[in-house]
Parts: sequence; structure tokens; C-alpha cells
Amino acid sequence: MSAKTMFEKIWDAHVVDEEPDGTALLYIDRHLVHEVTSPQAFEGLKQTGRKPRRPTAVLAVPDHNVPTTDRRVGIPDPMSHRQIQMLEENCAGFSIQMFGMNDIRQGIVHVIGPEQGLTLPGMTIVCGDSHTSTHGAFGALAFGIGTSEVEHVLATQCLVQKRPKTMEILVEGTLSEHCSAKDMILAIIGEIGTSGGTGYVMEYTGSAIRALSMEGRMTLCNMSIEGGARAGMIAPDEITFSFIKGRPLAPKGTLLDQALAAWAELGTDPEVQFDKAVHLQAEDIAPQVTWGTNPGMVSRVDGTVPNPLSMPKGAVRQAAERALEYMGLRPGTPIEQIKIDRVFIGSCTNSRIEDLRVVASYLKGKKVAPWVHAMVVPGSGLVKKQAEEEGLDQVFRSAGMEWRESGCSMCLAMNADVLQPGERCASTSNRNFEGRQGKGGRTHLVSPAMAAAAAVAGHFVDIRHWA
Amino acid sequence: MEAFTTLTGLVAVLDRVNVDTDQIIPKQYLKTIHRTGLKEGLFADWRHRPDGSLDPLFFMNQTRYQGATILLTGDNFGCGSSREHAPWALLDYGIRSLLAPSFADIFFSNCFQNGILPVRLQAHEIQQLFDAVHAQEGYRLMIDLPSQKVKTPEGTSFHFDIDPFRKTGLIQGLDAIDLTLQREPAIAAYEARRKQEVPWLFQDL
Repeated sequence: MSAKTMFEKIWDAHVVDEEPDGTALLYIDRHLVHEVTSPQAFEGLKQTGRKPRRPTAVLAVPDHNVPTTDRRVGIPDPMSHRQIQMLEENCAGFSIQMFGMNDIRQGIVHVIGPEQGLTLPGMTIVCGDSHTSTHGAFGALAFGIGTSEVEHVLATQCLVQKRPKTMEILVEGTLSEHCSAKDMILAIIGEIGTSGGTGYVMEYTGSAIRALSMEGRMTLCNMSIEGGARAGMIAPDEITFSFIKGRPLAPKGTLLDQALAAWAELGTDPEVQFDKAVHLQAEDIAPQVTWGTNPGMVSRVDGTVPNPLSMPKGAVRQAAERALEYMGLRPGTPIEQIKIDRVFIGSCTNSRIEDLRVVASYLKGKKVAPWVHAMVVPGSGLVKKQAEEEGLDQVFRSAGMEWRESGCSMCLAMNADVLQPGERCASTSNRNFEGRQGKGGRTHLVSPAMAAAAAVAGHFVDIRHWA
Repeated sequence: MEAFTTLTGLVAVLDRVNVDTDQIIPKQYLKTIHRTGLKEGLFADWRHRPDGSLDPLFFMNQTRYQGATILLTGDNFGCGSSREHAPWALLDYGIRSLLAPSFADIFFSNCFQNGILPVRLQAHEIQQLFDAVHAQEGYRLMIDLPSQKVKTPEGTSFHFDIDPFRKTGLIQGLDAIDLTLQREPAIAAYEARRKQEVPWLFQDL
């Protein structure tokens, strides 16, 4: 048998049927559903009289629209309220399990899948959400789909897909203290650009990747899509297995033993060739801060805002000029001198317990700068509970940060959590697109540690030299 | 889904790279539970200036581009979120085909689900088309899917690649779910085999 990448092993095991041109009918093991990209899919099922083929392979949760303030008062926005109500009705009508807004297991769809043990190595997972790539951290093939495909998977448990190419992102060495998976992925995107991974599935390999916790691996895979790749993956190992064991939806007993034996064979064969390869050295990665309006517009914290005139003439320079104008930044400004108004700690990228612990460790005994409004939004009700049991909420509160209920919140600002025009935010989320966090809002993507330090200082600081 | 064979239409230009789906349709328009009526949200933040007035420089506000069915644009169009609201909004506005050097993967695939043809051309061909549209008001192109060609009024034609399966689907306007449902015996056989091989993937949630 020829050598295969992990991606190829999983892909091949899920091909139900193949067209002569290589288009595959791919079997989908798990389907996650949220309120924004599903109503039209359920509507399509109703109009055609179709039913979900395997409703017990689907888990639904409202996350994009939910308020992060006291939920006992309901959802004030009638449109948001209706969308969540639709999800409840559709799930009830089609016998799909849903974690409702007041269920402690509710949270961001990509946080709760792994948390519940739904996400397992070797499986295919889809969701009408581009950050489905997160689940690849477990050695699963997980990718975002559109609403028509959501309907397709509901009706058939399959998807028609063209086989992507493979790309290896090799990161060797040891990340320096104060740097995290977030800095690593921002540095990778800075290197390959926001379309460097288009048409590829990424596999992250190397000693620096193997050293990451599951939370770090999820952060990394989560932002694969910001580099253009629909999916990112990491080979499962003991760190993966110990994370999975004992979770409510994870296999148990002999089933677990059987699964563990299969998972041990899942990794990419040693002699394999990827279609494309990128190599980074972990020691070269410094804390990162985005300065522009896509995640590839990123700099080291000890760097400066770039000068578009130093870029090649044409589209790239124009985009940088436009980005600086939108961001209200002047070329040559040291990143550390950029003053902020808001801090957002949350999103499917960085809202897990480990992220919150890091934030608390940088905040302890300190206060948020008087002009900064900071909020912490945990990734799930269970993350919130865990953080409170560890007293992290007290650290946030006494530093002057708001401690909220779980949800997507100001990552995309579909609920009431929005930046005002011109407000500048240090955010642990994944997209710094124009208007992403609110019309006219200015987003700088950073790690949780960098966000915590910026909250205290009121501007970005190089946490490697910050006390 | 409406079939797509050939299209002759007015070309509008959006000369920007990395146009993300948050720009194509900002999140405030994602609260709908319908697939139609989304043109209202199309490029809503770019169509308007910060004071709320229309930006006369944006293509949607220019008389010469009214009625365009083809959008010519830059690299990596449709990057970001998987929201199918983006192609829905373009379609609702009347766009049936997009021309660019490259598209983001999820957006690209969403287009085919809605009878929109995204065409990838070489960067220099796209540049040539930008120049032609800028030079001549009312510039129209003919997109011929069966022969995989974009034809200019000057008589030039540019070849483009497309997967045969996607091409057939668009030309015949086929319902993708129907096609898959016809393969039910293969799906059932796959499931039966996999339940034996990997039973932990078939536990009920």
C-alpha cells in the first residue's frame, strides 16, 4: 500500500462513491448546526418533504445571536429571537438534539463539540460555519459548508466534494515564553497570505505542534480558514486521547479500546510527500498583532505599521493603503504605541479554559486602563462554570473586566456586543475584516496574553518584557 | 436552481482583492430566515459612506453598471465566512457570473449551489478585462459554459477550467440532493460496512 497523509486516509475511508472526474460522494459522520446558517436548509427539507437521514448524528446549538448578558430576560432583538426560535422548532420537528440557550452545555458550536467528546479522530465533521476547521485539532477532517450543503447533509448524510490538495505546515523547535498557538497561526498566515491555503487541507506537523495542548491545537486549526484552507489537521496522540477520554459523548469501554487502536494508525505515513510544504521555526515567532483588515496583515509586536510604498505596486499596495486608512494608522508607527479602547476575550479561537487561565495570570493584581472597556466571554456554559470554580471570574472582575455568558458575541457582533465606529479593539478572535466587530470598528487580532496586557496598559505591549 | 448555459451581460467592476463575505453581506443581514430579498444587504457597508449617504464611486451606485449580470473582481474573492447569504445576495441583485483570478473555496462551492458561475481566469486576462471595461461604457461579455470560454466583443476568447461534474450540474440545473438520493443503495451499503469497522462513529448523539 502506498504511503498516505492523514487527510488521505480519512478521505479515502469516507468515499461512498466517486465520479469519473474524481468528485467524491463523501460520508459525513457528525453534523453541527447553529441558528444562522440552518433555517433555509430546514425550510428546503420541508418544501421537498425530505427528512434528516440520521438525526442522531446531528447536534444543534444557538451561539451567534445569543445575548451574553442576563438571559432570564430573553432576547430583546426580535430578529435574533426569531432565528433562535426557528432553530428550536426545527430541531423539535426533526428530532435533532439541541442544547438550548439556558442549558449549561450551550456554547460556541466549535467549543462544545470537543468539550462533549463529539469530536473524535478519523471522523468527518461539517457545520455551516467556516471555523469548523477547529475540530481538525483531533485528527478529524472538519470543514465549513454553505446552507445548501447543510440541507444536503441533513437529507443524505453525504456531501459532493472535490478532493483538495495537501499542504504541510511544519513548525519545529520551541515557542518562546509568552508566545502561544495564536501567535503561531498569525505568523503562519503572515507568511503564506490569506489565500495561501486555498484548495488545500493543511496538516500541522513538527515538535512545536506536538508540544501544544488540545486548546492550542484548536486555536491553530481554527484559523486554517484565515489562511484559505477549508480544513487544518493535527495527528492525534496521547494528548488528544487523554483529552477525549471520559467526555460524555466519547466512546467508552471496549469501544474506546477499539477506537484507540484505530486512531494509533491514523497519522501521516513517514515517507509521504505533501503537494506543498511550509517550514517555520518556533523560536523565530514573536507575539503577533494584526495592523490591517485581514489576518495576513500582521506584524511582530516589536515591529511597526508597514509602509504601503515599500510594497509592490498594484492590488497589494492598494489594499494596504485602504486598510491603513480604515484602521486610522500611520506607516512607521511602532505597534506598541497603538492605543486601544476595547478588549474582547472570547470566540471559537480563544475562549476555552486554558485561554481564560492565561488571561487571568497576566491580570492578577492589576487593573484595566481607565479608558479601556474589556469583556471576557467564555466559550461555553461549562467553561464559565469551570472558570468560576477556579476563581478566574474574580480576577477578571477585580481587574475591571466584564464577565459574560457564553456565545460568539463580539467576534462577529451579531448580538448586542458591538464596537462603535472608530473604536479600536484588541481581540482574541479570528477576523479583522472591515466592520466585522461593528461598522467602523477597528480590530487588532492578538493572543489572550497580549489582549490581557493591552487591557492593562491601554496600548499594545511586548509581553516578553512586561511586568 | 436555474440552469446556466450561456450568459451575455453587462460587466460591473469591483477592483479589490480579498473581498470577504463580511463585506459582500454584513452580519446585520444574516438574521433572515429566507434565501431571497438579500440584495438590500449586498455590499451594504461599501455602498454607503459613514454618514449613510450613497458612495457615488461604488459600482452599485454608478449608472453605467445598472443591470450588470457579471462581476469582474480581484484575487481571493469571497474569503472568510461560509455564509451562503453572500451568493444569495449577489443573485438577488442579478449577478449570474463572477470573473476573478481566484476565489475562496467555500464561497466558490456555494456559488454552484445557486446557479452562479464563478470563472477563474489568468491574472493578466482579468487585468485586460478591467482595462476594457474601464475604457468602454456598456461593456458586455459572453460567457459560454459548454465550450468553457469567455468571449469579448473584440473577438478575443479566454478559456477557463471547470470540473466536469460541476459543469453538468450547472448546465442541467440539477438538484444536487436528488442526485445523491439516487445513490441511496451505495450510501446504505457504506453505512452497513462502516458500522462493523468503526462502530464508535455510529453512536447516537
